[in-house]
Parts: sequence; C-alpha cells; structure tokens
Amino acid sequence: MNLILISAIWGIVMMFSGLFLKDKSSAKTVALIGSIALLIGNFFDLSGKMIIDSNFNGMLQYERFGLLFLTVLVLALIMYILLSGKDVEAVGNHPFEYFALIFFVMSGAGLVALFNNLLILFIGIEIISIPLYILTGSDKRNLKGNEAALKYFLMGSFSTGIMLMGIAFLYGATGSFQLEQLLVTAQDDYQVFMLIGIVMIMVALAFKVSAAPFHFWTPDVYDGAPTVFTSFMATIVKAAVFIGFLNLFANAFGDKTANWQMTIAIITALTLFIGNITAVYQQSVKRMLAYSSIAQAGFMMFAVFAINDMSKQGLLLYAAAYCFATIGIFAVLVKMKDYTFDGFNGLAKKQPLVALVLTVCLLSLAGIPSTAGFFAKYFVLAAAVKTGTYLWLVIFAVVMAAVSVYYYFRVIQAMYFKEGEGQELEVSAPFKGLLIVVAAVIILLGVYPSILLNWLTIY
Amino acid sequence: MTALLLILVPLIGGLVTFFVKQESQAKLWSFVVSLVTLAAMSVNLLMHDEAGRSFTAEWLPMLGSSFALQMDGASTLLCFLTALCYPIIFASTWKSSYASPNSFYGLMLLAQAGITGVFLAADGLLFYFFWELALIPVYFLCSKWGGEKRIAVTFKFFIYTFIGSLLMLVGLLYMYYQTADLSFSMQSLYAVKLSGDQQSWLFWLFFIAFAVKMPVFPFHTWQPDTYEQSPTAVTMVLSALMVKMGLFAVIRWLLPLFPDAAVQYDNVVIGLSVIGMIYASILAMQQDDIKRLIAYSSIAHIGLMAAALFVNNESGLQGAMIQLFSHGVNVLGMWIVIELIERRFGTRKMSELGGLAQKAPGLTILLVIVALANVALPLTNAFIGEFLMFNGLFKFNVWYAAVGGLSIILSAIYTLRMIQKVFYGNENTLTAKGEDITWFEKASLAVIVVAIFVMGVYPKPVFELTTDTVTLILSVFK
Repeated sequence: MNLILISAIWGIVMMFSGLFLKDKSSAKTVALIGSIALLIGNFFDLSGKMIIDSNFNGMLQYERFGLLFLTVLVLALIMYILLSGKDVEAVGNHPFEYFALIFFVMSGAGLVALFNNLLILFIGIEIISIPLYILTGSDKRNLKGNEAALKYFLMGSFSTGIMLMGIAFLYGATGSFQLEQLLVTAQDDYQVFMLIGIVMIMVALAFKVSAAPFHFWTPDVYDGAPTVFTSFMATIVKAAVFIGFLNLFANAFGDKTANWQMTIAIITALTLFIGNITAVYQQSVKRMLAYSSIAQAGFMMFAVFAINDMSKQGLLLYAAAYCFATIGIFAVLVKMKDYTFDGFNGLAKKQPLVALVLTVCLLSLAGIPSTAGFFAKYFVLAAAVKTGTYLWLVIFAVVMAAVSVYYYFRVIQAMYFKEGEGQELEVSAPFKGLLIVVAAVIILLGVYPSILLNWLTIY
Repeated sequence: MTALLLILVPLIGGLVTFFVKQESQAKLWSFVVSLVTLAAMSVNLLMHDEAGRSFTAEWLPMLGSSFALQMDGASTLLCFLTALCYPIIFASTWKSSYASPNSFYGLMLLAQAGITGVFLAADGLLFYFFWELALIPVYFLCSKWGGEKRIAVTFKFFIYTFIGSLLMLVGLLYMYYQTADLSFSMQSLYAVKLSGDQQSWLFWLFFIAFAVKMPVFPFHTWQPDTYEQSPTAVTMVLSALMVKMGLFAVIRWLLPLFPDAAVQYDNVVIGLSVIGMIYASILAMQQDDIKRLIAYSSIAHIGLMAAALFVNNESGLQGAMIQLFSHGVNVLGMWIVIELIERRFGTRKMSELGGLAQKAPGLTILLVIVALANVALPLTNAFIGEFLMFNGLFKFNVWYAAVGGLSIILSAIYTLRMIQKVFYGNENTLTAKGEDITWFEKASLAVIVVAIFVMGVYPKPVFELTTDTVTLILSVFK
C-alpha cells in the first residue's frame, strides 16, 4: 500500500515541482528522490508496516510475491532514471510532467501487483495505460510519435472495452468481483459465461503485454514513441502487466486450467513465432528490440501457462533479467544517432566498456548461461515442463530461443567484428559506472539466482 | 581440490589476462597459467590423489543442483589432455601475433575453464552450464581473429551447437522431474527409471546436442568451415578438445541415462558414423587446403569413435577411451605443423608447396611421425585405439567393420599424398626461401611425438585409468 500511495503522491509532487523549479535538469533529481522513497516504502510494505494498514474489504492482498515483484520494478525504475533521466529532459519542454506520468504508472503497477478484485485490476490497468498514451505522443513535433499515440490510444480503448465486458461476464456468472469467489465454480448454467469472461480478459491482457495475435500495435508504438519512453514501456510496464496476468490466472482460474491452458499455449506459440521471426528481418535495432520484446513476452507467457510455484519464481527472475538488460541497451541506444545495425559497427573499438556491457545484456536476452537471462528462461520453461504436458510447446520455445540468437548476435557482430567508424557517443564516467552495475547484476543473477529468489521464502 | 583448481586457475588466470596490456606479457602470463594447471593435474595423477578428484559445494539448493565435480577415469584422462594441450598450443603459436592479445589469451583460458568444467561436472545443470560456457569464448575467438568468412561461418557453428544444447536442456529438465529427490545430481539422474518411449525421445534430444559437437554425419557441416576460418590456435582447441566434449558427454550422460534407447538405436548411430567416416575420407582426398584436409580426416576419426561407443562391448569402449586421448594429441600435432608451414610460407595449399624436406628436415621428420600416427601405424598411439575399436565394431557387426575399415585405407592415401606433395618433390620459388623450425617449435612437437610413442608402446596406464568408466557403461547395459 505504501508504494501505491507514495507513487501517486510523488506524481503530484513532480507536477508541482515543475511549477516552482525552473531548472529542467532538476527533474531527474526529484524523480530519483521519489523512486528511492518508493523503494523505502516498498521495504516497509514487505515488513508489514504500512501507512494505511487496510486491505479495503479484501480488494487488495499483500502477497509476498507481489510485493517482491514491485521491489524488482522499483529497482528497475531507479536504474532507468539514473541511466535515462537526462534523455527524458531532451524529449520536450515538460520533463517534470513526464516523470509525474511515470510515477502514476508505478501507482497503477502497485494496484495490478496486489489486486484481489477484478475492479482493482481494471483500475490498475487503466492507470498504467493512460499515462502511456500521453508519453507516446510527448514529442509533439514528431508526426510519427503523434500517429503512434493515436493508434495506441484507439487500440488501448478497444482492449479496455473488451476487458470490462469480460469482467461483466464473470460477474454475471459468479456474482462477485473477488478472486476467491471466482474460484468457486459458477453454477453449471453459467459455465459458458464464465468461459467467455475468461477469454475476453485473456484477450485484453494479451493486448497489453503485446502477445500475438494482439501485438500489432507494438512495433509502431515502440518505434514512434521517444526512445527513452519505449525503454520504460517495454520493460517496467510490460513486467507490471504480466504480474497482473499471472495473479489473475493463478488466483482466480487456477482450478480451471483445462478450460484455458490450450488457448494460452496457442497464444504463447504464436507470440514466440511472430516475435522472433519478424525480429530477424528488422534493419533498425530499435524495431528489432520492439519485436524482441514481443518474443520475450512469449517466454513470460509460460509463467501464466504453467501456474505453479516455479512460474512465480520464473516471472520474478524474468522481470529482473529482462528489465535490466533492456534498460541497459536502450540507455545506450538513445545516445546513438543511427539506430540501424550498421550504426553499431566498430563500437567495441571506440567504446570497449559500453560494447562489453551491451554484449552482456544481449547475451542475457538470448538466454546464454552465466547471465540472468538463462535462469529466467530456465525457470519459466521448467515451470512448463513441470506440468507434464505440452512438451512440444517447450521444444518449440527453445528452437525460437535459438532463432533469437540470430538478431541479438547481429548487434554483437556489428560491435566487435565489423569495421566501422563507430558513432561518437557522449558517455560520462558515472554513466559508464552505472552500466557496469547493470552488467554486474545480470552476471550475479546468472551465476547465483538464489540471491533474488531466496527472498520469496525467507526475509 | 584438484578438480576445483583445474577450473579456477584458468578462469581467474583468464580474467586477469584481460588486464595485461602488453603482448609479450599476456603470452607469458597465459603460458604460465596453463603450466600451473598442468602441474596441478600431474601432481594429482602422480600422487594418486583420489580425494582431490571430487568437489561439492552448494549452488542452487532450490533447484536441487549443486556445484559437484567428479573425476572418473574418462574425465581424468580428458582433463589431463586439456591441461597438456594448452601449454603446447601456447608454445607452438608463440610467434603468432594477434590484435588485442590480452583478449585473445584471456578468452583462450576462459575456454579452457569451460571445457574442463564439462569434463568434471557431476550435476546435470552444472554440466549444461559449462557446456555453453565453453562455447562463448570460442565464438568470440573465431569471429574476431579468424579468416575472411569468419563471421558467417562461426555464427553457423554457434547456432548449430546452441540449438543442440537447448534441446538437451529440455531433455535434462524432463529428466529432473523424473528423479526421486528432484535433483540434478548425476547419481539421481542415473537412478531414474524411464519407460521405453520416454527413453527414445529423450535419447534424441541429448544425442543431437552431442552429435553436433562431435560432429557426426549429417550434423558436421559447420566443422570444416569453422576449422578453416578459425585462427590455428583456436582450431587446435576445437579439434583436440572441444569435439571430445561430445564424445565424453555420450560416455558420461547419454549411455548411462538411456541404455535401452542406446541399444535400440545403435544401428542408426553406428550407421551414420560409418557413412560419415567414408564420406569425410572421400572429401578429404579432394582437398587442396591442408587445414580442410585435416578437418575432414578428423570427422572420419571422430566417426569411428562415435561408432565404437555404441558397440556395447569392452573392446570398442576401451578403444574409444584411449583414442579420445590419442586423437587429441595427434590432431594437435598436425595443426602445429600446419601452423608452422603457414607462418613460414603464407599458404596452406598443397599445390603451392613442395620440397620442404630439403629445407626443413627437422619439421619433416616430426611431421611424418605425427602423420603416421594419424594413419594409425603400429607402435603409435592411434594404432592401439583403432585396433580395439575395429575389433569392437567387428564383434558388433562384420559389415560395419568392413565398410568402416575402408576409411583406414583412404586415410593412408590422403595422408601420404599430403606428405608427398608438401614435403617431397621439387622446390618452388616459394619454398626455396624456407628454413627449418626453431628449437622451441621442435620442442613442442617433440612432446607430441614422445606422447605418441609412449602410448603406442605402453598404453597400460590409460587402460587402468579408464577401466572404471568402461565397467560402469557395460554394467548399465546388463
């Protein structure tokens, strides 16, 4: 609860500080203070000391998993602000407002991670979505960005409608919005409404996490939005929606897996296929990362598919691995003028350290052992194998993981093995230091993932 | 403790190398690191320190995986091979110069740590971990310092092996859920009782991963290109050590885990291997580039070993064990010679060489010994291995032995033809300027020649070392 409140309050603080602080560059500092406040608040959340100690008639539930997941998100946010804060200022004239919107998104993420009631889920998803529409179009002079924002908004509203409809069906079938009530099977007559409701919510959430076949907005929006916000949307936001996805299916429909598991399996397979195959053909690294985020969503779908103890650990680890690696890559990408693969040619000669960190991030996204991405993929796949069925899906996924190596390694090849001028990058010493931290976290989690996962069981 | 040292010394040594900026210092440092590793291994062997050959530490308790290392006969042999080859590789390529030498030598040592880890891991997940870890440095080594087509070629190699590894990972995961105590430890995995169907498809998931690495026909297509395009020092690591990972994995994991499937599919595997032997031998005869010739001949030799592992009798298995070591030594010797020739004359084409014997008699003598060992002449190490393997193959099925035996003849043809074309005949303008190799280069080749003869005359220590592995495999087939 602390996190939800603090982030909402800090969003307002950010807005007002925009009125009083004339210096644009102080936005980053204020945001940093806010995010550290979030971390502290979240720490107290974890130890059960809350500002308002109420679960609002059971509409929220303070599960350790959800709270720990939020910790990961906040840590990713801090890293995001540290690495990309400067670039937020460069987007337009209202950096304070941009950060305010980001804090509102975090507030929504808090709701989505802790909801125990479908209405809270709905409100949380909307609180996450609406600021994103604005952020996508924040660079007003950029026509592509405007188009992307409009597209995103229209599609997003559509999915909102579908979700609301799904919730209505579920309410009709069970007479409740509470997750534990949904678990109690609806009367036989209403089974079909229950199913329609599940499918509709599934579609809406699949849209939000850009799972195929509801992914089509992703490349355009990610490409059109200012790169620094793409980084935020593709990582923290996506992970936040995923925890909602997992919580809903684990806590509300977990006993009806036979009804929906096949559908999720098909969505997963499609997402993996479309994301990976299309990414192969991209010429711009930014678009490649957009498609790769679809592909990565395919892997995260495994956590929703499997619904067991391993899928929770897996999603937690996946969120951390994926967020840190992607934020690291985008932080460098923003600083480049040329987003094509060729733009990376010869980067290793000019910026050996940046190239090394990018390599670690890319290896992690590809799921190579000794990076966090390996154990992330390992856990979600293990969760699926544990179900004992659908082994074809797992094998399909690993083949797709091998495909992903193709496009991730293209960047590595460009940096290390291709001759090129190498762009002039303005990287400061602190920025390099932060990149080293990113790489260190990725390798640490890749060699010893228990460091994060132990927190699920012990305090 | 030795087991841990064998991984830690090259790992830490390799990481340190990245910070040694001067070329000569990087060379010297990595050479010393490899010598220290060899010393640790030798002391362990000489002292018969059994306790030092295993090590266990907690790693991922919630996954039932621990950092468990265990040296049985086969892995001791291969760890020794790795430790022995590295100093020789560094010594024989001492004169080669690489751009950013610190990264080159650092990656070489990291690869050593990974390869040794594969030979030592007694935990399924740890094994997979090292299996991939060995690949990454090699990927960078080939792509950065290789020939013209290096990027595409290495990438193909990487994708091939990566797909194989991932399939193995799925199989490993499935096995894990079948264990009684949800553990990746070798003992728990060995104890799993699988139905015939389960064994069948798990066998293939694992086998493809290993077959790509060995490589067995038709998974071999990456190999000649990669060997050709890699810098020779890396080719040495690839062919002397990395291919052994595939064969070793069959011995340590595939056969004990899926004995029934291994019997069920033995004809398929042996058939593929024999086809590969003949096919590769024929291709070897067509080559003009010596490096490609050795690459293809290596496929033929590996094919025989792969076949021998599945014949399910003592002779074949014992032969394969000894050949694991012999092939490593011999092929390393061949690469050294090629490296020396290429550095002196700037070409590897047989058509452009000739008459080297007059200018470089020392090199010639040493090469002929290595080449004859490669053909498996009696008194050399490969003879013992090949004899036993063919014996085993013969017991399994006469036809396989007969067809496979053709590869011996073919091997003699292309090897002798190569010696003749490169070392005898008339000098040409290119080779007339040549001179003999230095004492340092002679020394590194001499180590190989000594190993060839010692093992050729007195192979008993190797037999004794690997008896436990052979017994284990034969026992699971009962």
